[in-house]
Amino acid sequence: MAKLNMVKALNLALLQEMERDPDVLVIGEDVGVDGGVFRVTEDLHRKFGGTRVVDSPLAEAGIIGASVGMALYGLKPVCEIQFSGFAFQCFHQIENHVARYRMRSQGRFGCQMVVRMPYGGGVRALEHHSESEEQFYAHVPGLKMVIPSGPRNARALLAAAIRDPDPVIFFEAKALYHAAKEDVPDEIETMEIGRARVDRPGTDLTLIAYGAMVRVAREAAEQLHAESGAEVEIVDLLTISPLDRETLAASVRKTGRAVIVHEAPRSFGPGAEIAASIMEGAFLSLEAPVRRVTANDVPFVGFARERANVPDVPRVLAACRETLAF
Amino acid sequence: MPRTLIEPQFTVEHLSILDSDGNLDSALEPSIAPDELKRLHRAMLLGRRFDERMLRLQRQGRIGTFAPIKGQEAAQIGSVAALRRTDWMVPSFRETASMLWRGWAMERILLFFAGYLEGGQPGPEQRDLPICIPVATQLPHAVGLAYAAQYRGDDAVVMAYCGDGATSEGDFHEAMNFAGVWHVPMVFLIQNNQWAISVPLKKQTHSRTIAQKALAYGFPGLQVDGNDLLAVYAATREAVERARRGEGPTLIECVTYRLGVHTTSDDPTKYRSTEEVQAWERKDPLTRFGAYLQKRNLLEAGLEEAVDAEIARAVSAFEATGAADPLAMFDHAYATRTAPLEAQRAEMQARLAPAPDGVPEPVAPAPPAPPASGAGDAAGTEATEAQSPPMRGQRRPWRS
Repeated sequence: MAKLNMVKALNLALLQEMERDPDVLVIGEDVGVDGGVFRVTEDLHRKFGGTRVVDSPLAEAGIIGASVGMALYGLKPVCEIQFSGFAFQCFHQIENHVARYRMRSQGRFGCQMVVRMPYGGGVRALEHHSESEEQFYAHVPGLKMVIPSGPRNARALLAAAIRDPDPVIFFEAKALYHAAKEDVPDEIETMEIGRARVDRPGTDLTLIAYGAMVRVAREAAEQLHAESGAEVEIVDLLTISPLDRETLAASVRKTGRAVIVHEAPRSFGPGAEIAASIMEGAFLSLEAPVRRVTANDVPFVGFARERANVPDVPRVLAACRETLAF
Repeated sequence: MPRTLIEPQFTVEHLSILDSDGNLDSALEPSIAPDELKRLHRAMLLGRRFDERMLRLQRQGRIGTFAPIKGQEAAQIGSVAALRRTDWMVPSFRETASMLWRGWAMERILLFFAGYLEGGQPGPEQRDLPICIPVATQLPHAVGLAYAAQYRGDDAVVMAYCGDGATSEGDFHEAMNFAGVWHVPMVFLIQNNQWAISVPLKKQTHSRTIAQKALAYGFPGLQVDGNDLLAVYAATREAVERARRGEGPTLIECVTYRLGVHTTSDDPTKYRSTEEVQAWERKDPLTRFGAYLQKRNLLEAGLEEAVDAEIARAVSAFEATGAADPLAMFDHAYATRTAPLEAQRAEMQARLAPAPDGVPEPVAPAPPAPPASGAGDAAGTEATEAQSPPMRGQRRPWRS
């Protein structure tokens, strides 16, 4: 057991999966000698060499496209896209091919690969370095979309993603990379993809979040409890797609109220699908409309205005209070 | 400081062995066994006749849209024949002749163009990728396959096809660059058929040749007469051998011509002249190779009839295919069906299930989801589950 931040925890998952399976490769821009711009692949190049930890040319479609070929052959590439904002240069490879090869080849080929991308705000960064675009991937049939919320689940989910026979888009919240340390077991640990986790049990309101927003949700839940005694249940999705509708519905059937928090813009975002799932699975238990606390439907606003755009504790609190009082 | 020239001196080779008048450069003539020559000829003829049959099937509405290959048989058969079974073939969407050579059954190709994904499934040992429609996007896959083969110590070579239009796509250049940097065992086989739907080559690129594009990526490119099977075969064999020896990728530009439509939805009379088409018809790869075989006394009697009979058998087999089972659409989206897919499949199954009187059942509403089983964190939900849900219209204040 070691106290690790998310960067170190992800690095541990990569290291251990590469040790146990020679078919696992790491490929991306600056992932080799430099260890990745966020240091997630640090030291792997030294341990496994440049053939397995591949410093690719600077071309996202090339990275994903070549990884598709490697996966079709039977290797298990773990690709790093330096920032999720650059992934539109390879989105066609992800949507047209990564997601579809199993279907197109009717099971003859699969794309066992992971695409890691740092996402989200909170790090005072430029355009294309702060956005939250999970909705695009969550909407694509054939992909799985995972977003961990802390070092321990990040490590376990990345290991599971690497072993998953289907392609996994793996978002890492930049705001969480160095945010907190957690006890992470030395021995390999995996977590089931497709399962949400009740992060905090409660009876009065379900607060649904993922990634960096879980932190915000926890703080809001604490404050709400302190001011009114309300018991907020936090559901940490961990997997955006396939969505764990059962856990969501079970929670809302208990609490009767739900607030969804995400960094992505509101319209057609994950919150819409989550709200629809709650309607389908817990309609008769609902005591109030499902609310969403999200970024606004505007392109990148610049980090001078980022805090006004990305959900924070006061906005989540306000939504929870309104939902309880409805 | 003076200006210095660093521009590399380069030349691009153009290879032609058998011209359209039947003149043969015997110094360059590749050594191919007579039986193999017959086999190549048969494959070209099968490609042509099957293409023509498919066109009729499409016009009759028995299959959907497809991209005919007429005129490109030498470029396809001449190149694919240089591969071993254990090599990889990465097609775009106009490589029917190459696919037949690699063992794709005609009825499967028909099935594919009739809208059945089953037809696009490569065999378990077949080292072919399925048809890839987004232009040039298959090329990076070929680079990855070649990288993987090298990584595993497999001496397989990867051949990827694309057309002249594809050379304008970013993926073409990314793939070429990766292939050069990684020095992978690969052949880029460009079928320059002069037209990307309605756009002629001169509007596609300002390069004098497509072949020279390889030079910027640090590997050889050469141009061949793509209607000359001997030239395509000789050039490709050399490139495949180079790749297998670990000497990296090669680009081969086959200068050819699409004699027919882009796809069955296209009308080429809108954008090109009859004279141009007729000029290329005089360079027909089949006529040329047939004359070469005749001179060598290798033409087989009754070949057309035999090929047509083979096609007829395949069409019959294709037409005996049963209706597509809708439920199969859920089988290959993921390795194992996800929970949402299971629910959607069950919904469809209920809709499809015939009632005793033969009328399909109405769609059943989705059953309420069960509580998450075994989720320790959600254990608290069990007790609440047992309570009956509130009546509609009754509101529970949160502070009850």
